[in-house]
Amino acid sequence: ALGIAGGLAAPARAEELEPNSFEDITNYCNYYEFGTGKDDPAKYADALTTEPWTVQIDGLVEKPGDYALTDLVGQMDLEERIYRFRCVEAWSMVVPWQGFELADLLDMVGVEPEARYVAFETALRPEEMPGVRYPVLEWPYVEGLRLDEARHPLTILATGLYGKPLPNQNGAPIRLVVPWKYGFKSIKSVVRITLTDTQPPTAWNKANPREYGFFSNVNPTVDHPRWSQATERRLGGGLFSRRQDTLMFNGYEEVAALYDGMDLAKDF
Amino acid sequence: MALLDLSALNPHLRRVPAWLVYGVLALPAPWLLYLGVTGGLGVEPIKALEHELGIWALWLLIAGLTVTPLRRHAGVNLLKFRRALGLMAFYYVALHLATWLLLDVQILSQIWADIVKRPYITVGMAGFLLMLPLVATSNSRAIRALGPRWRALHRLTYGVALLGALHFVMLRKGLQVEPLLYMCAVAGLLLLRLPGRRRVQRFA
Repeated sequence: ALGIAGGLAAPARAEELEPNSFEDITNYCNYYEFGTGKDDPAKYADALTTEPWTVQIDGLVEKPGDYALTDLVGQMDLEERIYRFRCVEAWSMVVPWQGFELADLLDMVGVEPEARYVAFETALRPEEMPGVRYPVLEWPYVEGLRLDEARHPLTILATGLYGKPLPNQNGAPIRLVVPWKYGFKSIKSVVRITLTDTQPPTAWNKANPREYGFFSNVNPTVDHPRWSQATERRLGGGLFSRRQDTLMFNGYEEVAALYDGMDLAKDF
Repeated sequence: MALLDLSALNPHLRRVPAWLVYGVLALPAPWLLYLGVTGGLGVEPIKALEHELGIWALWLLIAGLTVTPLRRHAGVNLLKFRRALGLMAFYYVALHLATWLLLDVQILSQIWADIVKRPYITVGMAGFLLMLPLVATSNSRAIRALGPRWRALHRLTYGVALLGALHFVMLRKGLQVEPLLYMCAVAGLLLLRLPGRRRVQRFA
């Protein structure tokens, strides 16, 4: 299924997605383990050893264990997904990812019936990550999804972009991509995936629960306490680029059913 | 009493005309704009320009606050350049604000909403407004007309510098190191002015 633009989004909408350049995508990153500057990850992330790479899969699964990334990826159907990527800081890009559906991995390891959430953890390597000397966040970076969100066909684990292996600053060798949520939910350089029956803690929510909720769905009607989320700036437009309206669920309306009956202003 | 005697610099400093300080300090702004237009400020030139202009403003506010301690503790007299430092700090604050209004937010209704609703923007705007009476009274005629009240009025710069550093601390995601260092610099320079401290050093 290589080359499906826009994932499951309507073809008309997919066609208008013009990916940002490889340079844009790889030089403007939030990966605080390498520093809080947008260009710090591009400068320092090459120190990260990504081979060999093991992903520990545990908790409420039938086949827990340490999975070598190469074995794991070999069993998955890789495809391209061109997704909008909306940062909570009100900028956005369009990224051509390569990856596989998280649901396929969950099926492979077998999810126990009691599992309701999936927790993720980023590598923590103080000797390779200069940013973790500072307690900007509680390390290691952790994230989580409800199981139905994790199983949604739009949710992927990405291993590449622009047909190349994922650059380190973008979360090599394997990262989560959840296109209808703010970018910080799409955790980078995943070393652990845990199935649980309780809502797992998430890094930004722990740091500031008033500003960052567990769900963090892109929502133009719920402002960040310090800035509006109604509009965003698509990067790559230069010094005089105009803002554009932010779309509900970042334009991926097909996920709306996951939140039926929920007050998204309260569960932001 | 001077902690360190650098008064030998004073004859050289006296020969530097103040207009040169204005000229040199004005140059980074057009240079940054040029970089922004030609791609030299990276993927997000609007935020980069806004940030660089804001940092220049903070540097100059901090530089202005060093004039008195440097004279008191190192014997260096930079008083002649203090007006240039203050006015050029305002130049960068005004350009920073203009970048935010015209290039960043762009939307008039959102600008007002941001000023009222977003504490870090309220703090930044308050700093800008506090600078206006200082700019208006920065000429020699106002200094003469206001007499001792001029000094009292211009203590507002302490508030401006604190608000500027606070604005920087508040706008970052999480508690980050860099803005805290600026806050420490401002706080340190203000602590040096505490009367008790001064007396202790005079008797030392």
